[in-house]
Amino acid sequence: MATHAATDHHHADHHDDHDHKPQGFMNRWVFTTNHKDIGTLYLVFAFIMFCIGGAMSGVIRAELMSPGLQFVEPYFFNQMTTVHALVMIFGGVMPAFVGLGNWMIPLQIGAPDMALPRMNNWSFWIMPFAFTVLLCTLFLPGGAPAGGWTLYPPLSLQGGSSVAFAIFAIHMMGISSIMGAINIIATILNMRAPGMDLLKMPLFVWTWLITAFLLIAVMPVLAGAVTMLLTDKFFGTSFFNAAGGGDPVMFQHIFWFFGHPEVYIMILPAFGVVSEIIPTFARKPLFGYQAMVYATASIAFLSFIVWAHHMFTVGMPLGGELFFMYATMMIAVPTGVKVFNWVSTMWKGSMTFETPMLWAIGFVILFTIGGFSGLMLAIVPADFQYHDTYFVVAHFHYVLVTGALFSIIAAVYFWWPKWTGKMYSEKWGKFHFWWTIVFVNLLFFPQHFLGLAGMPRRIPDYNVAFADWNMVSSIGAFGMLCTPVFMFLILWHSKKHGKTATAEVWEGAHGLEWTVPSPAPHHTFTEPPVIKASMLAHGDPTH
Amino acid sequence: MATAQGKHIYYVPHGSKWPAVGTIGLFTTMIGAANWLNEVSWGKPAFYVGVAILLFMMWGWFGDVIRESLKGMYNSQVDVSFRMGMMWFIFSEIMFFAAFFGALFYARMYSIPWLGGEGDGALTNFYLHSGYAPAWPTNGPDAIGGAFQTIPAWGVPLLNTLILLTSGVTITVAHHALRAGHRTQLLVFLGLTVLLGAIFLFYQAEEYIEAYQHLNLTLGSGVYGSTFFMLTGFHGLHVTLGTIMLAVIWFRCAKGHFTKDNHFGFEAVAWYWHFVDVVWLGLFMFVYVL
Repeated sequence: MATHAATDHHHADHHDDHDHKPQGFMNRWVFTTNHKDIGTLYLVFAFIMFCIGGAMSGVIRAELMSPGLQFVEPYFFNQMTTVHALVMIFGGVMPAFVGLGNWMIPLQIGAPDMALPRMNNWSFWIMPFAFTVLLCTLFLPGGAPAGGWTLYPPLSLQGGSSVAFAIFAIHMMGISSIMGAINIIATILNMRAPGMDLLKMPLFVWTWLITAFLLIAVMPVLAGAVTMLLTDKFFGTSFFNAAGGGDPVMFQHIFWFFGHPEVYIMILPAFGVVSEIIPTFARKPLFGYQAMVYATASIAFLSFIVWAHHMFTVGMPLGGELFFMYATMMIAVPTGVKVFNWVSTMWKGSMTFETPMLWAIGFVILFTIGGFSGLMLAIVPADFQYHDTYFVVAHFHYVLVTGALFSIIAAVYFWWPKWTGKMYSEKWGKFHFWWTIVFVNLLFFPQHFLGLAGMPRRIPDYNVAFADWNMVSSIGAFGMLCTPVFMFLILWHSKKHGKTATAEVWEGAHGLEWTVPSPAPHHTFTEPPVIKASMLAHGDPTH
Repeated sequence: MATAQGKHIYYVPHGSKWPAVGTIGLFTTMIGAANWLNEVSWGKPAFYVGVAILLFMMWGWFGDVIRESLKGMYNSQVDVSFRMGMMWFIFSEIMFFAAFFGALFYARMYSIPWLGGEGDGALTNFYLHSGYAPAWPTNGPDAIGGAFQTIPAWGVPLLNTLILLTSGVTITVAHHALRAGHRTQLLVFLGLTVLLGAIFLFYQAEEYIEAYQHLNLTLGSGVYGSTFFMLTGFHGLHVTLGTIMLAVIWFRCAKGHFTKDNHFGFEAVAWYWHFVDVVWLGLFMFVYVL
């Protein structure tokens, strides 16, 4: 495509339409190229998916509340565990972070929009249709996928009609993710305002840059893995069939080569969010900014060489077990750098505890618990005991719920006044936090005990010895099911009756996003801002 | 470049219906394919309708971009965004092929020797696959798909390697001609590249026919057939796409869409062509020769 430097043939109407929103529903939301509207679409979609996935976890915990079979058939129970995971990972956490990235990255680097705005629209609009394909399997003969979200063959290939639907849904999600990630990389590398050097970027931008790289590197590998499943089932290939010289374990290797970086895809942006919030409410610059950037990059690199710790018990040569054990443990080093830097940022800060800060501190403490249980799981001989027990379930829910999800909620409270121009109710925001803290720990902490005592995961019934802690866990789950309702009501009330927010919103806020009015106009930074030191959260623009 | 003193000069498009068309196309394709595989009658037609919608979307979307570009609405910053988009797209394609190369290496390095009793696999071999001697090529202990022969590397595959390498030279000559403003040379050498791509595909098709009709080498020939056809098949699909893209670019060159300094569309397709070329070298080495 021919391009002409510094031309003035662009749309003349584009200068003075700072808050000119397209008219009509279709123009505003379906044909949109605006990063803020697309960000909103992603966040609303993620919220709906969190509710659907949450409802499925309600079914799971209701069934597990007491021993024996109460509410659902075992096969339906398996569908619930499988689809709950797929919905929460691909429909909830990932789109929520893409939505936050869409909203905030252009605002934080002083760009007029994403680098490729039309592709941005396509990335989003594929998602609802991908989940239509996935969720419609619940109503097909044979039901939804029930072999676990990891889709291990041969079990996953024994499903009914759902196999092809699930695989094509994953292909659609992958296409969406790859395009979204390409857009984010191009935006960050090419659209920064003059003076916004790489090592002056907010950490949320840094973590998203690295996350986007991970996405482009591993989503195609997942696409390859599920394509091999598809051809094994429908076209007679033998990738995962030992009789033909293949190996079911090979699927696990390829899947987890995607799956482990995927774990960091879901947590690195969370690290970024927390690294924005804690300095704001500690009223101190982030401690060890550069160390945080390098730690993020180190985690991303290590995430490619640890995948087999998900499959220690499957049968691997001893050398492999040792390599993956030590490589996994090394991740604790850069992660420890991060946790200590957050704590050091708070050290002697002028701390206040507004709602986003509470969620961020909750993140630091509870995510660290998830990190420690991860270290326990990394020890090969110990993992032989823990593998496929509720200990694993407790571990990854600590990192995903009290980690990723907490940071998403923190980010929404943190940036909500910038998005809408309205403050939420601090009282009810704090209520939301404390309610969640109580019930999320009731829900997931006992699962550590259950797992260590030997309760297997992905089962609808269990030995009566596990009854007490399962009851506690289910009570926690029912408490957690209220939280999306709270959040919805708090945000709804804020939108209707909230106090008007200032541009800066928070006393200690630094960064370009706080220099634009609240609510952020439909178009921002149509001319690149001139960056002053006071506008930056990190670094001095004169250097 | 966007500069601090300059006016806003980055082109941000105002809404587009093409992504929505693309979404409908992709959804129809995927739902159609899933139903087709599940032997639902409307699956196959739905799949083709979806593909048609996707092609219509590409025609319209690329058309919009070309028109905007010709009107001079893009500056060098937009150009860099396009370049980054294409580079990272090619990187994602490389990782897609990496999954299949990984499967090939894993089968050859680990699963076949283990089935043959190496390492911890001695008892498995004794009880389950007694008498199976690990070798490559193989269709596994149960000889899935029956006895087969392989395509010799030094016949058609070598020829195809030379064809693709030559096409890499011709597209580079065409690029130099474009930059030097030698229009006839550009059209001839770009045309030659399209032709070489088509010849490659012809030989690849011949090879598949030979494999299926005479060698009993099929997609169902155990793990050898699986890796052979999935790797060469996806590569062939990419050569097909690349050839179509080159042909489109030939017509755009003929219409005079590109200038000496501004021809990203040409370069993007050239990058893509080099990418399928490099993947082929990997295939030739690891699928055919070794």
